[in-house]
Amino acid sequence: MKNFEYAAPLTELDALELLSPEAGQTAVLAGGADLVGLMKRMVETPERVVDIGKIESIRNIERDSQNGLWVGAAVHLDEFQDHPLTVIYPAINQVIQGISSIQLQSQGTIGGELLQRPSCWYYRNGQGLLADEGQMVVEGDNRFHAILGNRGPAKFVSASRLAPAMISLGARVRVAGPGKDEEQIVDLESLYCSPQKEGQREHTLRSDQLLTHVILPADRGLLSAAYEVRHGEGPDPPLAAAAVAMEVANGVVQQAKIVLGQVAPIPWIAPAAARALRGKPLSEATAQQAGLEALSRANPLSQNEYKVQLAEVAVRRAILRAAGMTREGSKHGLPSLI
Amino acid sequence: MAEATYSWPPRDKSEIIGKRVSRLDGMDKATGVAKYTYDVNLDNQLIVRALDCPHAHCRVKSVDASKAMQVDDVVHVHLIKPIPEEGLEIRAHGTLIAAVAAETEAAAAEGVAALEVSYEMLDVFVNDADLETAAKLKRTKPAGGGIQLDESLGEPGDDDDEQEWEDKIIQQLLDQAAHVVEGEYGVDAITHCCLEPHGATLRWNGDKLEVELSTQNVSRTDDGFAGALEITADDVDVHCDYVGGGFGSKFQPNYWGIAAAKISKKTGRPVKFMLTRDQELKIGGNRPSGFIKVRLGADSDGVVQVWDSHHWGTSGFNGSTVSVGTVPYVYVPKNYRRKATGIITDNEPSVAWRAPNHPQACALCQTAYDDLAAKMQADSLDIFLRNLANIDTAEKADLYAQQLRIGADLIGWREHWHLHGQGTRRGSVVEGLGLGIHKWGGTANSSSCQLKIHPDGGVESYCGTQDLGTGTRTVCAMVLAETFGLPIDAVKVNIGSSTFPFSGASGGSTTVGAVAESHRRAAQDAFVELAKGVAQKLNVAADSLEASAGRIGIPGGKSLSWKEACGLMGIRPLEVTSNYKRGDESLLSGSGVGGIQMARVAVDLDTGQVQLKKMVAVQDMGLVINRKTAESQIYGALIMAISYSLFEQRINDQKTGAFVNSELDHYRLPRLGDVGELVVHFHEPESERKRGVIGLGEPPVISGGAAISNAVCNATGVRVPVLPLTPKRVLDTLRTAKG
Repeated sequence: MKNFEYAAPLTELDALELLSPEAGQTAVLAGGADLVGLMKRMVETPERVVDIGKIESIRNIERDSQNGLWVGAAVHLDEFQDHPLTVIYPAINQVIQGISSIQLQSQGTIGGELLQRPSCWYYRNGQGLLADEGQMVVEGDNRFHAILGNRGPAKFVSASRLAPAMISLGARVRVAGPGKDEEQIVDLESLYCSPQKEGQREHTLRSDQLLTHVILPADRGLLSAAYEVRHGEGPDPPLAAAAVAMEVANGVVQQAKIVLGQVAPIPWIAPAAARALRGKPLSEATAQQAGLEALSRANPLSQNEYKVQLAEVAVRRAILRAAGMTREGSKHGLPSLI
Repeated sequence: MAEATYSWPPRDKSEIIGKRVSRLDGMDKATGVAKYTYDVNLDNQLIVRALDCPHAHCRVKSVDASKAMQVDDVVHVHLIKPIPEEGLEIRAHGTLIAAVAAETEAAAAEGVAALEVSYEMLDVFVNDADLETAAKLKRTKPAGGGIQLDESLGEPGDDDDEQEWEDKIIQQLLDQAAHVVEGEYGVDAITHCCLEPHGATLRWNGDKLEVELSTQNVSRTDDGFAGALEITADDVDVHCDYVGGGFGSKFQPNYWGIAAAKISKKTGRPVKFMLTRDQELKIGGNRPSGFIKVRLGADSDGVVQVWDSHHWGTSGFNGSTVSVGTVPYVYVPKNYRRKATGIITDNEPSVAWRAPNHPQACALCQTAYDDLAAKMQADSLDIFLRNLANIDTAEKADLYAQQLRIGADLIGWREHWHLHGQGTRRGSVVEGLGLGIHKWGGTANSSSCQLKIHPDGGVESYCGTQDLGTGTRTVCAMVLAETFGLPIDAVKVNIGSSTFPFSGASGGSTTVGAVAESHRRAAQDAFVELAKGVAQKLNVAADSLEASAGRIGIPGGKSLSWKEACGLMGIRPLEVTSNYKRGDESLLSGSGVGGIQMARVAVDLDTGQVQLKKMVAVQDMGLVINRKTAESQIYGALIMAISYSLFEQRINDQKTGAFVNSELDHYRLPRLGDVGELVVHFHEPESERKRGVIGLGEPPVISGGAAISNAVCNATGVRVPVLPLTPKRVLDTLRTAKG
């Protein structure tokens, strides 16, 4: 780890003043679950680390006048999970439960989870986020890499596990800065992008901006769920994931939003899958069809074709889970669909 | 008892031996009181970080340290090896090139980043599964082989080509077989993944080197330092109270330990040099891979009559693989031919990993036996039982048969068994059963124990052994306490220093046997001396005296308290040093154990996820000293077996050779939720107990791989050939099977 200056501002404005417009110069520290490891590996070498953990305004969960829920970026994952106002978002809580590491749940924050860097091993081993414009991934070991949205140089998969669930629910985010009076509220999905050149990030956030809140919409009676296919019970990234939020009337899907995780450089919104559901009764067959539609344009790399099936299954199981049509398996929790 | 014929008390007279005793240092370990090498910091120390080679195969042409030396607080830069004019060839990703010593860890890391190295890239090959390409690239080395045939088959005639004759005979035997299985199986290379990385903190005290070393070889790393530093072993003291995992990888000072000593000498400062996590995985130790092509032929009962195999794999750039001598494994048919080929890959050479060669050999061979059962539409347990005909002695075969039956009861074999691929499907989930059997030596290592008994009753022992996780301190204390009839906390056990009497390295399941030998001998020798005084005082025969419940005396008759007995010695403590030499005949320890393991798994056919539901280990191990730590050994081994069967693998980028998953965020390991229910059964009839202590560290890690692979095959009806059985591999295999 390189030596750095440490700052712990008490307000958002102070934090913005400490952040540099020059990429890489400053880093925001929330729980540190991701940043510290990257700094130890010297993948991130900021001159200054801005610890936002002491900023009270971003540590709360509050309802707004439209019954939306403002979740501070520095709220810890377990605080979210334990909060009485969050029970109406089962998909998000399912993901937090699936992170299944007490350390990550209690140290990791909502904002940090959404903005964590990709776990691509070429990136983490210092080869750059795009790793030779994607060539290292194409010619190398890509078993965990993208199967969608991978025709450009970015082949990594978006790391956030919460993003698919939150995007499916229509979450927005409040971004403060760069100027002290500047703020904007944007759809969460617009925070993510697929970099085209080395040096660009997978987030649209500028280095002198601060993600302060996630705004979850009021309860609209949606059926929602997330499903992650994981290799083991640990905190390792899932192999594929999907989240779904559906408006259902009389057993028939009226509207749906389906978002896949761990399959593309961004959380992958699958409108074709949503269309496949619309107007259809909820059933295993329609869920399966939605899964197939979600992956119909998949472009697996040399070693990750298996992820196509896993992502299809994730979509199907997320839909069935949202519909209450799954049964958790026996003692050790293997999900089995009857 | 007063005669020193070294032996154990019978089962019904053992007060401590064989009981469940919690580790004496368990609380210290759990609360952080125990200091591991990594925890040791010396006054005025320098921290060392090393530059490791980012390329798998290259030549280092030059190292420019000028910028590194300009980093604040960097004190010294040390080249691990001199760079000759033509460059220094590097054969493994992660090989250390240069080390930077600094006042702080951050400065050392910055110094490393500031080193400027010029590399010349060389050809890379890391595909250890691809024998054909390896041969084309001249990356193979013969690794032994041979043929064993029943005498009735004769020998090649003078005019016969030996190879052709062998081929013909093997083919004839296969043609005669009622059932033939041809299969390919494999086990990937894994790393030792020690929680505490390798390393040392050391200082020179004049010409004497004092080393805190994370080691499983306290008594015998001094010579490694001495040889490399051109001093003698008496000028090196090695100390290690606790080791955070070794598994066979921590027998040596290693070249970074030597570098630390050189840096310390050069700078005149104490030095702390521990590998980083990714360096630990890259160079701290790895287990060789193995892949096999097998043909076996069985008679109509499913007893294998002929085995023909060729296996290959890599131990890194030195180009070896799983030892040919371990194939075929446990079951040795009367006719077999085996051949092994090492593959030279650009990886760090492997080192011993818990039960070297056996886990791979077991998984490579006994999967084929399970495929035989599948092909015959037979119960795998029956096939494994029937093939006990091919075990070298009837006694051992009988022991395995007993163990298999016990295991079957414990896992509910009859209740859960179904033919391969024909179980009930619940949703997308199918379940299956599998098994494997194993063997190990476990001969006690050489060991010496110095025992001091003070006139006030105090007891202390000194032995240059170590606690690799075995619970060594507790075992030593139990043996002494049993012998003296004292509570365990009345004896003070001292281990972990090369200044103590010699005790062998903890490798090969040799430690509990070793320290049980030396401590029992020393205690029995001391007791003879004590008994002389007591006998005189009580006016009884010395050989009629026994020690029990804090007293020495005639059972049911006259006695003295321990303290009174010790007081008879006068003012000088009694000092006894007793030795055991590995291989000497002894009633206290023995050799050769067997065990069986069974696994029940659930497989999700849609996702390829394998979930361990239950694992059963039935193990014989001679006499058990500490039931609790012995059980822990087996639990730990089962978890390691689950780990290499379902999770762990070294992943090399095939183009660059880089070991891409060398951090724990990418190197997958099981968590508690992945382990399932573990059941441990000690098989300890009197016939086994009377053989004395036999090492237990390795055997229970061996057959879990075969058992899990076989269980997955039983569940799905298809063989996922290579461990670990990741979701990707399971799905890829299922897809291929579907066509």
